[in-house]
Order: sequence, then structure tokens, then C-alpha cells
Amino acid sequence: MSVFVVLKAGVLSTLQDQGRVGYAHLGLTQGGPADYVSYRIADLLLQNQNPSCQIEVSVGGLSLLALTDTVFCVTGTQMPLTINGQPKTLWQSHRIKKDDVIELGFAKSGLRCYLAVAGGFKLAKDFGSNSTVLREKVGGIAGAALQQGQFLPAASTYRPLLWALPEKYWPEFSNPLELGLIPGYQQHWFDESQWQQLCSTDYQVSALYDRMGYRLQGEPLLYQSRALLSEGISYGAVQLPPDGLPIVLLNDRQTLGGYPKPGVVLARHAAALAQRQQGQQIRFYKIELEQLEAHQQEQHRYWAELSMDFRSLC
Amino acid sequence: MIQLELAGENGLILYLPAEISGKNLNQLQQLQQQIRLLLGEQLQELLPSYASLLIVLKPAHQGVLAIKALLEQQLTLSATVSEQQGQLVLLPVYYHNAWDLDLVAKRAGLTTAEVIELHQAMEYRVYAIGFAPGFAYLSELDARLATPRLKSPRAKVPKGAVAIADRQTAVYPAESPGGWNILGLCPTPLFKPENTGTAETLMPFVVGDRVRFQSINREEFLALGGQLPRELC
Repeated sequence: MSVFVVLKAGVLSTLQDQGRVGYAHLGLTQGGPADYVSYRIADLLLQNQNPSCQIEVSVGGLSLLALTDTVFCVTGTQMPLTINGQPKTLWQSHRIKKDDVIELGFAKSGLRCYLAVAGGFKLAKDFGSNSTVLREKVGGIAGAALQQGQFLPAASTYRPLLWALPEKYWPEFSNPLELGLIPGYQQHWFDESQWQQLCSTDYQVSALYDRMGYRLQGEPLLYQSRALLSEGISYGAVQLPPDGLPIVLLNDRQTLGGYPKPGVVLARHAAALAQRQQGQQIRFYKIELEQLEAHQQEQHRYWAELSMDFRSLC
Repeated sequence: MIQLELAGENGLILYLPAEISGKNLNQLQQLQQQIRLLLGEQLQELLPSYASLLIVLKPAHQGVLAIKALLEQQLTLSATVSEQQGQLVLLPVYYHNAWDLDLVAKRAGLTTAEVIELHQAMEYRVYAIGFAPGFAYLSELDARLATPRLKSPRAKVPKGAVAIADRQTAVYPAESPGGWNILGLCPTPLFKPENTGTAETLMPFVVGDRVRFQSINREEFLALGGQLPRELC
């Protein structure tokens, strides 16, 4: 059953589930939510049992008409949210009735929101996933971004309890971002002074940033480039082309590539990077191997605490 | 000799000697079987290339350092590897100097006709599929044509672009950014997203197959369903 019809698609709204797994060896990229932290919180808020298919709204401008009663929420950057013109809060679930209109304005800072519905959107999958990858024309509806007039079916009519996420967990996307870099790949192609430069340069997000990757600008890191056989690229990998300007590769990255990589950014930092816009400040810091486990434990703690902290709304 | 490096908190990359060889191709197949057995449910995906294998772990794993230690201890390289021959696939190419053909020729000290001749003369093997759906890494290019990647990648490479980088060649299945040197255009569709299922129905080739290029003219390119990009209109 359709729960919404798209009144306005906005700048770039795409359907995303947890991503496409098991097809990388055929060249199909991962896709999935660019900010998986906000995406995951949306599912927790709605008590969805599995990672659901949600709408990733980039920049803003989405408007939906409800065709049935349901429960939904919006997480991510602070885009003005209204139901029938009444301002509503992000990071909490809302009951909505047939004929209600949901509107998302434009983000002042940050880039993306996640609009999730109880039970998740239910559409035919391409290669095991609903995640839209525009470049590959797979996922979503016909491999494209949402269009005005499209109907969006949901998986169930399940009515979860209304929950809210306390404000202390709301992320801030306007501040400078520090990316924890785990050395790996061609880490030894870069000597100590080059590592030092990489971790002390003030970079900015360049004009070239999207779901595929973020190209940074700043003082170029000059190094002796060598030929490298193309190899598999991880989510968050930092690639350094001969021009010396780092590119952080994200969800829609190419699966293989041949530029040297000093390492890979922590997943949660890569997700935070995907919320940044042109000109925002970025720095790298090196994660020592001994610290890696502590970082993982901190992550487990974060999710465990957050999951216990939802406030019940009546 | 097996070498492992971290590829983030959920990944490892395994390296064999940095060479393009049938030996690597076959050894990587065997290593994939071993890794599947060793990691079982912790394994999310394996992504082989010429001399490397990216091992992606599911988020709930025992720790990337523990898994690295396990693989270093348990993986073995087989001494004997057999050469297997795949099927032969012919790909037509409309060579054109709208992109990097002149630059490649100049760098090699050859005429463009000689570059085209050398590019067609070799029989290539599919060593990996990746970068984009249906993007097959073909080797090995004649050493005289070896050309480094562009210093800064192009924002838009046209669909069907036949390109070279170092001693590799490939066809871009769809418009995308890319840093390879473009020699011409291939009209054959290399990835059909409407087909779901196996590699065989998705793409005209699989890893291990052989590929040859054949020069065609503009009329033949159009007759075969090729679409001219903006640069040639």
C-alpha cells in the first residue's frame, strides 16, 4: 500500500537502504546512506527491526502527501520540517494522518536528512538493495532520484511508540571536522614528514563533493608517485592523486582504483564528512594501531547508550 | 609472499607480488576459497584485482587486528597453479583523436596509426572487473604504449571510452569521472542494469576471459548503436 505521494522531489532525494553488498566484484558500488549514523538513528526511533529503506534528502525541498495514517521521523541536518505548515522537531517520531502534507525546507548547514517511515519503504530491489546509485542507474525507482508524482509504498502498517532522541545526541555539522585516519594500503609510500604534513594541513571541502567522494583543497602533498595496480577501495579510503590533493571516497565510490592511499578514515567520520559543504574546514589525524580497539569500544558504547536514552512521547 | 595491510576498521587488503600475471589471477582464486572458510559469517565481501584482494568484514567482527593475525598465520600459497583460458570477446573501437590519442602517440614517439595498430595487436585478459559496473581491467598493453594516468582525473569520461593507463586498457561502460587516457569509443554495451543475476548475463565477459579490439569507422560505430558524445557532434 502506498503511504506517500511525492508533491515536490527537492534538490536531490534518493531512496537508500543499508547499501548493496556482494556485487563489488562485478563493479557495483555499495551505495547506502551517506550519513549512516543519522540513518541508523531513524530506524531506532521507529523501532524498525531491520535497516529500512528511507529517503535521503540532500539540500532539501522535499514535500510528501500522506495517503494513509502512519508514523515517520526525520533525522540528520536541521532542515525546517513542517506538517500541514506547523513546525515540527527532527530526531523524534511523529504520527501523521491521511491527507497531511510533510514539507522539508532547506538546510542552513549540513547537507542531508533521512525521512523514514514505520516498517520502511517497500520497493523492488536491484541486486539485493534499494540503494539508489545515480551513476550506475540502479536502486530506488528506475535507478533515479525521486520524481514528483511518484507513489511510495511502505512495508507494514505497524504503529511504533513515539520516541525522541535527547538533544545532547544531535550532531553538529557546521563545525570544523577532524577525520581519524587509520594507516593502511600504501601507508609506507609516505615518509614521516609527509604524514606530518597530511595531519597538519588545513583542508577545505572543494567544489567537487558528492556521494562518490569529497575532493579537498589545501597545500598539495607532494610525493614521489609510482605506478600502482588498481585495487579494491574501502569506504572512507583517502586517495592521493599526483596533484597531492586528497579525495575521501564515500558510498558511491568506484570499487577499484589506482591512486595511492595512505589509509582509511573512521567510518563515523566519513559519515560526518558527507554532511559537509564546500569551504568547510577538514583536518586529518593519525590513529595509532593501539588506539583502534579503544575507538571500536567507544562506538559500541555510543550506540548502547543512545539506544537506552530515547525519551517516550505520549 | 602474502602481505596484509589494513583497509579501515572493517577491511584488510591482501597483496601478492605487484605484477600482472596468470599466476596471481589463479592464486587469488585459491586464496578466496581459503578466506571464505576461515572467516565464515564475519566476511561481507571479497574484491579481487590484479595482485590484491580486498577483504571486507561485516560490522560485527572480532576485530580487524585479530583477523589480520589469523590470516597471516593460516593462509597458504599453493606452489602449483594452472593456466586457464577463458572465451574470446571481440570489442569494436572507433578510434578518435578528440581526447588523448595524439598525446599518447607523441609520448611514445609513434604515429596515431601505429598507436591504433599496437592497441589492436594484443590479446588481453580480463584481470578484474570494478571501478564501475562492467569496467574490465584488460592486460597487458604493449610496453611502447604504457602511459601514466592523467595528473588530475577528468570529471566526465564519455560512455564507451576506450582508454589506457600504464600497461592496462579498458572500456568505460558508462559516463563517469576517470583518469585514463582515452583513445576512442566502443559501441558495445558492457553493463545492462535491467538484467539481474549472474555475471554472465550482466556483462559480455568475466574475469579470466580474453579480449581483442577491432578498429571501426564512424558509420560502423553508429550502425552498431554507438552514441556520439558532445565532443564529436
